[in-house]
Amino acid sequence: MLLRKVSQSSALCGTIRRIPPVLSGGQRQVVAAVQNTRLYVSQAAEAVLEKTAAVGSDAATKVEKKTAAVESKSFAVSIFKGQIATPQVFPFPSVMNEEQEQFLRELVGPVAKFFVEVNDPAKNDALEKVEDHTMEGLKEMGAFGLQVPADLGGLGLTNTQYARLVEIVGSHDLGVGITLGAHQSIGFKGILLFGNPAQKEKYLPKLATGETIAAFCLTEPASGSDAASIKTIAVQSPCGQYFTLSGGKIWISNGGLAEIFTVFAKTPMKDPKTGEMKDKITAFIVERSFGGVTHGPPEKKMGIKASNTAEVYFDNVRVPADCVLGEVGGGFKVAMNILNNGRFGMAAALSGTMKGVITKAVDHAANRTQFGSKIHNYGAIQEKMARMTMMHYVTESMAYMISGNMDSGASEFQIEAAISKIFASEAAWTVTDECIQVMGGMGFMKDPGVERVMRDLRIFRIFEGTNDILRLFVALNGFQNAGNQLKSLQKAMKNPLGNAGMLAGEITKRAKRKAGLSTGLTLQGSVHPDLAHSGELTVKAIEQFGAVVEELLIKHGKKIIDEQFVLKRVADCAIDLYAMIVVLSRASRSLTQGHAAAQHEKMLCETWCMEAHDRVMQDIKLLRSGESKQLFNNLRAISTAVVENGAVVCPHPLGF
Amino acid sequence: MSGRVLVGVKRVIDYAVKIRVKPDNKGVVTDGVKHSMNPFCEIAVEEAVKMKEKKLIKEVVAVSCGPQQAQETIRTALAMGADRGIHVEVSGKDYETLGPLQVSKIMAALAKKEEAQLIILGKQAIDDDCNQTGQMTAALLDWPQGTFASEVSLEGDKIKVVREVDGGLETIKINTPAVLTADLRLNTPRYATLPNIMKAKKKKIANVKPADLGVDMTSRLEVLRVDEPPQRLAGVKVETVDDLVGKLKETGKI
Repeated sequence: MLLRKVSQSSALCGTIRRIPPVLSGGQRQVVAAVQNTRLYVSQAAEAVLEKTAAVGSDAATKVEKKTAAVESKSFAVSIFKGQIATPQVFPFPSVMNEEQEQFLRELVGPVAKFFVEVNDPAKNDALEKVEDHTMEGLKEMGAFGLQVPADLGGLGLTNTQYARLVEIVGSHDLGVGITLGAHQSIGFKGILLFGNPAQKEKYLPKLATGETIAAFCLTEPASGSDAASIKTIAVQSPCGQYFTLSGGKIWISNGGLAEIFTVFAKTPMKDPKTGEMKDKITAFIVERSFGGVTHGPPEKKMGIKASNTAEVYFDNVRVPADCVLGEVGGGFKVAMNILNNGRFGMAAALSGTMKGVITKAVDHAANRTQFGSKIHNYGAIQEKMARMTMMHYVTESMAYMISGNMDSGASEFQIEAAISKIFASEAAWTVTDECIQVMGGMGFMKDPGVERVMRDLRIFRIFEGTNDILRLFVALNGFQNAGNQLKSLQKAMKNPLGNAGMLAGEITKRAKRKAGLSTGLTLQGSVHPDLAHSGELTVKAIEQFGAVVEELLIKHGKKIIDEQFVLKRVADCAIDLYAMIVVLSRASRSLTQGHAAAQHEKMLCETWCMEAHDRVMQDIKLLRSGESKQLFNNLRAISTAVVENGAVVCPHPLGF
Repeated sequence: MSGRVLVGVKRVIDYAVKIRVKPDNKGVVTDGVKHSMNPFCEIAVEEAVKMKEKKLIKEVVAVSCGPQQAQETIRTALAMGADRGIHVEVSGKDYETLGPLQVSKIMAALAKKEEAQLIILGKQAIDDDCNQTGQMTAALLDWPQGTFASEVSLEGDKIKVVREVDGGLETIKINTPAVLTADLRLNTPRYATLPNIMKAKKKKIANVKPADLGVDMTSRLEVLRVDEPPQRLAGVKVETVDDLVGKLKETGKI
């Protein structure tokens, strides 16, 4: 469907037509894919798609300009080109100054103490709300305004400081975590990122103290992953002074508590070029007190029960024009940035969750005797404990790598942020599942509290961009960048004599890769010498990954965006590669600094890299083989048959 | 009464940490172990801050003796509402042998220097359980003392103190200046909130050395051994009351 939309864009067609005729059909498609993925990626990511109309000639030229722009510093972007960009990953970021670190040290104790002594996660879960006195305590504690600037009544924390505190929240109570996160990670983050000074001064002080609660309103009954299809509409008054907002939003965290809403709605706008009326998404700050804002009863949920989730309705709400967040028609960018900026927080919170459940598993494994021995002496348990520990190590490393990148002003971290959300939510699920398994029947009981964590965790793979959509985002974003590189290669081919050096280099690289030789890529100098082998495994995997990405681009051209079976596997590789690099970086730092646990970290890193390398190679092998096509066709056919039948197709083995 | 209150705050291993004895049996492991303010000191700070909130006193000064990290404990007191801090820097060998006598000498010297009218301390620290510093400080200053306080009220230039004694409560009235030590039921200390921790960054902590106060830090105590409490041995199940009585007789318990 998207392709259809794109092909309607005359500007894009123009671009495609401008491709020099020297290119083969396959290559031509690659270029087209470059143009398209950018759009599709946006949709895949936040599922908020700017309508094709937005892709005027301006946008198209922008994309072209970007192609020629400076090399990306993002590691994730680079691996799709078979390269390794180290600035954001080596050395492991250390971004706090002494004062920030000292301040954070002082905050950690009281927050942890509050969650141990005051907050009761089991009671919050049973009551299906955060207990009143806990809520009041959290407000006094300052937990509602962690990143609001100090002069506006908040704590002015950096992303790294924020991560450290939400990690504590995540280790104790994810329901409270969502209440706090829906408020500040997405609820009013838009005001922090895009608000003008007047909006910030008006809203942030009360939001920082928790006097008013915020919520983020994007999802609608007919608009989940495909958020471009929202129906809520805001029509500007003829005088331009206000917008009339109408529509319904569902599954809004804090929907029943909030006073301030960040609402996304379609606004009919006139295209300055064509004069046509088109709907574009705009973000609004909506106060409950505007009138016409109502909400439904709290939803009954599987987990995070302590957090409030409700439908929110807007019935001809009169929203002053001052309340537009960002630019009219710029809501897509607002939504995208809010979500991108919040994902590292989820990784941080979930690394805390994992730490918490690992402690419970360890306690049981170290004290439970069966067959005359403590069960931690058995290999079956040891493998679980080891894997749980590694997954926690990776997640924690990702969270602080990204928060560090963000604090040092990086602008390109969206692939990494998406990877961290995917990895953290799946790792936390596995770790908690294994914790229950280690604990046996005891883990299944309510009292130890792990079953609640399991229920709470399930939503993390679904909300703020499902992991499936985020995988497409990771892969397509990567393909887009790789495509850009191919494109400049194609440009160079137009003038082979002038670019002989560059072309010779590229040809040699490909020849070497094909022969399984090193292309000269290396992590030497970045990785600690003791981890040289893990570094080599990572380099090898990246070389092959870069090669297969290019092969896929040439093979599928613009149709790559429809190859979701392929995209999923490409994303899996990218996730594993990023995980390898973050642990290499962190373990290298520990070895260099001679940390007490450095040898343990080395072991975590080596073990992780060994297995991740094999997984990546396995996926690459499948993607290259003819079998994959068969496999994907089978999967597609099985699904189609079941869907057509409305249930499983096979008759019962007993015949009835 | 209006004036200045000194509050002692001690940095101790957090109450929730499982204590481990060093392999050489000369002390306990403190490296990389979570520390926090002694809970009885928290109660002392809370009491002083409450007095200030009721405008009964003018200034609360938090004092801690120890290495650099003691400043974190002072910061906590400042976040709870103390006005400023004094860090008496004691490190190395002196810190290892730091005991109630040395601390009380420091507190007494500071009380004179700061012209304090009241010293509030925790009744004891949860690490060494000495329960001596308050009493010694009062003796060194020759001030009255109200120890194990579970209720304190200022009445003019006198203080009424309800003390937790064996078997009940004792109410006394003492003159100021005085030394009080806080018992568990005196109050429920507030949490240091994050905004207050931030505001506390602006409060000042003065750094002094025992020598500046003319305090001799030598200790006459030597730690011979530190041991973990004996492990509880496995018990035996008995079938009947007669078996139980028999067993008890066997082991000479009855």
